[in-house]
Amino acid sequence: MTVDYSRIKPYGDTMNDGAVQVSFSLPVPCGEEAREAARQLAALMGLEEPQVYHMADLGESFTYFIVYGKCRHTVDFSTIRVPKVDSAKMDFYQINQFIRERIGRKVVVIGACTGTDAHTVGIDAIMNMKGYNGEYGLERYPEIDAYNLGSQVLNEEMLAKALELNADALLVSQVVTQKGVHIANLTELVEMAEAEGIRDRLILVCGGPRINHEMALELGYDAGFGPGSLAPDVASFVVQELERRQKTR
Amino acid sequence: MEGKLRLDQRKIARAREAAAQIAWDVDAFISERTTVAVERTVLRLMGIDGVDADQVPLPNVVVDHVAESGELESGVARWVINGVIQLSKTPQEVAEMVAEGAIRLTELPQADFREIAIKGRELASRGLDRIRDNRSQRDQMIQRLGEGPRPYLYVIVATGDIYEDAVQGKSAARQGADIVAVIRSTGQSLIDYVPYGATREGYGGTYATQENFRIMRRALDEVGEEEGRYIRLCNYCSGLCMPEIAAMGGLERLDVMLNDALYGILFRDINMQRTLIDQAFSRMINAYAGIMINTGEDNYLTTADAVASAHTVLASQFINEQFALLAGLPPAQMGLGHAFEINPDLEDGLLLELAQAQMARQIFPDAPLKYMPPTKHMTGNIFKGHIQDAMFNLVSILTNQGVQLLGMMTEAMHTPHIHDRKLAIENAQYIFNNARHLGEEIMYRPGGRVERRAQEVLDQAVDMLEEVKRIGLFAALEQGMLADVKRGLESGKGLSGVVHKGETYYNPFEEELRERLQLPQREGAVHDSGLLAN
Repeated sequence: MTVDYSRIKPYGDTMNDGAVQVSFSLPVPCGEEAREAARQLAALMGLEEPQVYHMADLGESFTYFIVYGKCRHTVDFSTIRVPKVDSAKMDFYQINQFIRERIGRKVVVIGACTGTDAHTVGIDAIMNMKGYNGEYGLERYPEIDAYNLGSQVLNEEMLAKALELNADALLVSQVVTQKGVHIANLTELVEMAEAEGIRDRLILVCGGPRINHEMALELGYDAGFGPGSLAPDVASFVVQELERRQKTR
Repeated sequence: MEGKLRLDQRKIARAREAAAQIAWDVDAFISERTTVAVERTVLRLMGIDGVDADQVPLPNVVVDHVAESGELESGVARWVINGVIQLSKTPQEVAEMVAEGAIRLTELPQADFREIAIKGRELASRGLDRIRDNRSQRDQMIQRLGEGPRPYLYVIVATGDIYEDAVQGKSAARQGADIVAVIRSTGQSLIDYVPYGATREGYGGTYATQENFRIMRRALDEVGEEEGRYIRLCNYCSGLCMPEIAAMGGLERLDVMLNDALYGILFRDINMQRTLIDQAFSRMINAYAGIMINTGEDNYLTTADAVASAHTVLASQFINEQFALLAGLPPAQMGLGHAFEINPDLEDGLLLELAQAQMARQIFPDAPLKYMPPTKHMTGNIFKGHIQDAMFNLVSILTNQGVQLLGMMTEAMHTPHIHDRKLAIENAQYIFNNARHLGEEIMYRPGGRVERRAQEVLDQAVDMLEEVKRIGLFAALEQGMLADVKRGLESGKGLSGVVHKGETYYNPFEEELRERLQLPQREGAVHDSGLLAN
């Protein structure tokens, strides 16, 4: 069977069956009217033959549903272009060697979880000596001077530290995203760096569970790393970007 | 009783002795100091509440006012009580006059200290009676309504809007939750005052305020009556306002409080002197209020590897236990923490989790252990995450944990949606019910993997505690022995709020608490002086 990349739809067990599972709650009391409401809503989402397979009373007049249906929409896969971090991924040894051979000095990286965010799990995974999931963090890299400022660091504090240490790259982690607080905070750092006239001297990188590269570029960062990114992903980008800038300078 | 794991009782005793010495040494340090937060707590317990024209809480206004006059070393109580006597006003009225700039407390005529001490004892009795009454109300309600079986099902609400939290909390209770915790707005731990009034805007959580406590309490009491089950309310007694939040919790009948002796130092960079002084007073209040504390050992494993750092969890549990005992908190109120955070890809990882949980159960037999779910290795694959949570629930029921903070399949994605909580509760109820007495049927193979692992962790914890005892807790923190974080004695947030007690220091609430908790009085206490003997 051939796949038409210009008209892609979900696959369950037969090409183009459109099979989709969704689950959601509605603020209505549990009962047959609730089930019908969920079915109608699924139809409006573009699901044909919606089936409410499970319904549960959540109390306080809320009801939970698990619904299956057949998606009627298609997307054109053949024309999709997504900006990606285009540096080649290197490992711990290759990155250190790259720095020794092509940069010729230690690379200074500052990381922090900024604003009111107190969740250091992301920045720790990238920075801490022990790293995460078998990959050492940047503190372990002999050719990188890594400074983890921890959590709840103000943007001005981070920039002051960048000037003091003559940093090459700033890594900003944002975990709490409720009400878009991370967007405001990330934007502020870029604006402050621009106002200080040091934006061009810095490689600005952000990361977090709801961050991706495209969004990072829109916010004025040089790169963004989403969930699952590890220290070598970030370091590979930083050192190659640094080399690129040194060449063009 | 023979434990399921053969653990060397002498090593457990050595660990306890070392932890006791560590806590004793720090307690001697604490006894000579107070903090602005402790002093504000005294005012709250006197009934002072509200804010001034600039929205600054009155307890802050009054403590700052006395500090400006350079008189905080004698404690805020004597100045306010003197004002109460001289002006024939209530403490609240005195505080309002200070806020209006109508009086300067340190410039009023001074009553005889005996008169101040009599008034102080009266105010302390009245304040603590309110907390005692709440405690007996809780006991009566549990008697009448009953409660869920252990492990208690603990869920979190975190909408940022207290009215939304109330709805979500009630919904969770109807689904089966036994404890509802309102996560605090991120950053609250680092502000040196407690916000005032009902709040509808927060980030990653909702501000802890006394009014918010009241709103949640009312909601959970309502749903508890309807469901025929007492629903416990939990908040965060941590950060720069640790003892104030304990007081608010005691006054508004909270049931559970996150309250760790070291957490703020290690994970929020709060000055170690400040936190250690604050935790002592906060725990006395929690002890007297019948509040179960939860300690934060799970945090050791989110920043470090859960296999390699397992002994730091046990060592911290021992230290938290000893600080709690010094504050009069009995083991039945010690929800010592630990967590299910081993990488799920590790072969036999479940065996190591079982070893840790069973070991903690045997070493702290009377503590309602607080078990924290997987967070670090949750990925966004909600279906796998749901199974990780199921494994966590299985270990909990096998090892008889006290409080189960339910894992959410959407951990690491967003604050829980209303149905995430439902699915988590269903998961736990299914496993707890379906395997209720499995633990009683199981013995671990002597010399087997589980037992050997528990022995190894205990050995490492003993070594660590004896080393900390040798150099002292402050030096251990400075050297980064705990959680690999180095903290200076004079660095971190809140140091400026630490005050050396003067010779005339007076805190009637601490004295009354010590009396009622049957703890020894501090040196120089009026209670021991015979001043009040008639």
